[in-house]
Amino acid sequence: MSKIEIRSPLPGTFYRASSPDVPPFKADGDAVSSGDAIGLIEVMKTFQEVPAGVAGRNITFLVDNEEPVMAGQVIAEVEA
Amino acid sequence: MTIRSILVANRGEIAVRIIRAARALGIRTVQVHSAADADMLAVKLADAAVDIGSPAPKKSYLNIAAVVDAAKAAGVDAVHPGYGFLSENADFADAVEAAGMIFIGPKGDAIRLLGDKVAARAVAAKAGVPTVPGSAGRLSTIEEARAVAERTGFPIMIKAAAGGGGRGIRIAADLADLERHFPQASAEALAAFGDGGLYLEKVITRARHVEVQILGDGQDFIHCFERECSLQRRRQKVWEEAPSFLLPADVRTRLCDSAVALARAVGYRGAGTVEYLYDEATREFYFIEVNTRIQVEHPVTEMITGIDLVEEMIRIAGGAPLSIRQADVAAEGHAIECRINAEDPARGFMPAPGTITRLVVPEGEGIRFDTMLYEGYTIPPFYDSLVGKLIVWAETREACFARLKGALEGLVIEGIPTTIPLHLALAADDSVRRGAFDTRFLEHWLETEFAARAGATAEVA
Repeated sequence: MSKIEIRSPLPGTFYRASSPDVPPFKADGDAVSSGDAIGLIEVMKTFQEVPAGVAGRNITFLVDNEEPVMAGQVIAEVEA
Repeated sequence: MTIRSILVANRGEIAVRIIRAARALGIRTVQVHSAADADMLAVKLADAAVDIGSPAPKKSYLNIAAVVDAAKAAGVDAVHPGYGFLSENADFADAVEAAGMIFIGPKGDAIRLLGDKVAARAVAAKAGVPTVPGSAGRLSTIEEARAVAERTGFPIMIKAAAGGGGRGIRIAADLADLERHFPQASAEALAAFGDGGLYLEKVITRARHVEVQILGDGQDFIHCFERECSLQRRRQKVWEEAPSFLLPADVRTRLCDSAVALARAVGYRGAGTVEYLYDEATREFYFIEVNTRIQVEHPVTEMITGIDLVEEMIRIAGGAPLSIRQADVAAEGHAIECRINAEDPARGFMPAPGTITRLVVPEGEGIRFDTMLYEGYTIPPFYDSLVGKLIVWAETREACFARLKGALEGLVIEGIPTTIPLHLALAADDSVRRGAFDTRFLEHWLETEFAARAGATAEVA
């Protein structure tokens, strides 16, 4: 089983959901396809979607909701 | 009491601005910062610095307990809130005063009163300040809303009493629209703000954003003339001027006097701004809101009046009476401020934090650059994209444009994209030079004139 990393395209603050009162884009263990959004990055008060960019199963998040991230930091992993 | 030390409860360029004003008054400064801001210029300039928490604003700059604790531990006499963050938070002002320190701004009660949109409208109307035609107060039923709309006409804005900053607004084009939107807007307001109260305001379709700088010491109240801030993108000001040069003299007098009347009606203490919409066709102006803090664009007022607004607000907070009388406030020449943001105008104004590799600041008569940048500084991604304000003054507006062009060309910021190209294009635009713009001008201009210009540049490249 190989793991594929999903990295943040931008530095900023990572959010699992589009707003605090809706479910996260992806729950732990979900399957993802390449075009799916897995979260948002807030950079200077604007929000950018983070696309999975890869397809895979059983997503594991390595960054908590509302945590700061660097550009290129691994946010999540999926199984190929 | 004389203020001998100040805690700066903000970041970025305004923190630098406050430190410079404090230093000019011989006041010691303590700068708070988040974990992401340990390298910021204000930390280097202040006499002391305190880390108050992790990068997220709500854990640091918006954390009332953390800021007040830092101020108490530092033993400062006063706290300056700057703009944004906790600057218009009445609970913060109260907490600072309850801890035995001075909040540099109005009392919590005044902030609370003027921050409530419906209450502020009522205060303005009572002081004789024209308000946007609409409801006299909160509306609870659709019948009341219908009666107001029939009097004012359409289109009309349905606003949440607890909203603000452009949030909680719906526009109804006709009666059917109003009847459909009203219950939804009330439910939304209740969900978003915990308060379903609504009020109505007629849409002023073609208007300029004009605002008056006020100063008060609780006894005396003066204005420092007006600013023109119509060039906005997504309700954020981009370019500001002082004075609003096309305003007829009699309108200017009425406008500025109305702001002073409002300040007097609430016994205002500190620096504040009364914002209006101005309809050039009818020569009518309408009150929008009061900002109970120093404003980003305060330097254009300083440039035409020679008054240091930040020093003055510190003196007032220390208990001194206004150092200037209204008769002494004179406006001379013209000033323009360009907000320099870490955004890429060629890519839809995408924010772009990063490291400054080269910085050249233009110098000369009438040129001022308020900034927190220095070579080697890395702008964190967690906060506003404003990195500096280029302010230019000259004897006439025409001369100001010439000086601005040179200053923009002389301002070099490398390492990140900035909005300097946008300002160069605005400074060269015929409509902007003639002052032929309203609050809707810039977004349309960006889609047409600026997009065409950017396309042409891309082809050449």
